[in-house]
Amino acid sequence: MKDLTFQTLIAVFEEIFGFWLFWGMVAAAVIVTLAYIYVLVRDRSLSMRKFFLAQLSMPFGAVAAVWFVMVMTHSHVSDIGGPVDVIVFLGVAVLGAIGCAILVYTLQSLMRGKGDTSSDL
Amino acid sequence: MSHLTQIPASRRAFLGLAAGGLALAAAGAPAQAAKVRTSARIVILGAGAAGTALANRLVERLEGASITLIDGRKQHLYQPGFTLIAAGLKPADYSVSETGGWLPKGASWIEEPAAEIDPEAKIVTTASGQKVAYDYLIVATGLTLDYDQIEGMSLDLVGREGIGSVYAGPDYAAKTWALMDRFTDEGGIGLFTRPATEMKCAGAPLKYTFLTDDYARRKGTRGKVEINYAAHGGSLFSVPIVNEKVRMLYEDRGFNTVYNHVMKAIDPGKKIATFATPEGDVEMPYDFTNVIPPMRAPDVVINSPLPWADRWVGQGWVEVDQYKLRHRRYPEVFAVGDIAGVPKGKTAASVKWQVPVVEEQLVAQIEGKDSDELYNGYTSCPLITRIGRAMLVEFDYNNNLTPSFPGVIAPLEELWISWLMKEVALKATYNAMLRGKA
Repeated sequence: MKDLTFQTLIAVFEEIFGFWLFWGMVAAAVIVTLAYIYVLVRDRSLSMRKFFLAQLSMPFGAVAAVWFVMVMTHSHVSDIGGPVDVIVFLGVAVLGAIGCAILVYTLQSLMRGKGDTSSDL
Repeated sequence: MSHLTQIPASRRAFLGLAAGGLALAAAGAPAQAAKVRTSARIVILGAGAAGTALANRLVERLEGASITLIDGRKQHLYQPGFTLIAAGLKPADYSVSETGGWLPKGASWIEEPAAEIDPEAKIVTTASGQKVAYDYLIVATGLTLDYDQIEGMSLDLVGREGIGSVYAGPDYAAKTWALMDRFTDEGGIGLFTRPATEMKCAGAPLKYTFLTDDYARRKGTRGKVEINYAAHGGSLFSVPIVNEKVRMLYEDRGFNTVYNHVMKAIDPGKKIATFATPEGDVEMPYDFTNVIPPMRAPDVVINSPLPWADRWVGQGWVEVDQYKLRHRRYPEVFAVGDIAGVPKGKTAASVKWQVPVVEEQLVAQIEGKDSDELYNGYTSCPLITRIGRAMLVEFDYNNNLTPSFPGVIAPLEELWISWLMKEVALKATYNAMLRGKA
């Protein structure tokens, strides 16, 4: 790799997933992030009750992300051959876990509505 | 406990995050150099990877120049994809796009092959007889697969009688996959070779051997499959340190390797290939083979005064300075890509490194200056060793390893990340290169 620019990275991701799937995922990620910011600003606080449930969803998010990457790239867990592979693998899992946690937290907040603290500890 | 259940959210933290993201995006934007004014007539022979990438860069770099591409091929082929097609991982159209879709608006395209190059008169004549005068000529024709040099071989045999040929094109690669799939179901003798000439992507013959072995193992038929590899010379790969690693892997995978065997004939009826060796002709049987023909310059170059007279005799590569890629006898002629007569680098990765060098050398020459931009022979090969793993092999003229990610991606290690690069990131990088963006 000679010049790895932001533009090149975008092109790379478009190629990996296809134009529509990639930009669909970007749009989904932006919508979830904006919704997350919205509920945080609206509620002016982070609810630990919702956060707890969100944490419970993290392993599922991690597994789903790893599965997705493996299927898209014709790979298998046994293909991991060195330290850098383990880092990439864990990175995918961590991204999936965090993404899923944000999604679950946001969905709970949106569904339960503003100021719903009745179920808090 | 209730005070612990709520964490205050800060607006400043959000803004900080957003600003950071924007800064990251802005940092990625490439800087724009001032354009050079010129009325030079630049002719680029060939609209493949090298010709297209260079045209896109020159259009951005020069103002007032007349840039003309000459190429009769309507289809652009992403050749690094052929191995993936022949391994059943991508469809044949994965490698096919329209030549016209990649070319810049500021350049014109003569859609016919060149028939004659006259570097004394500085004129290129096309197949229809049109004469195109130039001030600067970039030879980027690519190379010719010379199947005729193998007796009994012809392209219409590919996909039949156990004869595959990954190099021949995307459709032939798909036919080769159909054969390889059947072969690894049924078992038999697999015969793998490479030619004695200079060739593009010298790693590809090795990759395909590894992939065939991998499929047999996955299907549980490896016990019924014999894999024979006939190397053209005394080694499997021209870079000694890589050769040793490949030799170890070949041993590990149980391949039978013979050296100094060059395929000269094939008998589809008997399924026997004949090899020239120092001890005389040797016959080797096969149930499946990947024929890789000798490679040479296209006729228009071979029949011109441009090739080396004393090196690679009969192959016709253009006589250029290996660092500047400028012709040694005609200083207004450059060669880039497969056709360049340099010791290494007939790969898309080499093109990516060569194109900016030719651009800088040419622009400097137009301005009456010198450029210190040089090509060091860089080539890269994501050497697939099975589906899901590859070695990212990068090296230069001196056979030194030149890893792009030292300490992170080990060059001689079979890694998943190297596979990810080959399978998902390479084509995107290649496309960006065609547009002159990488």
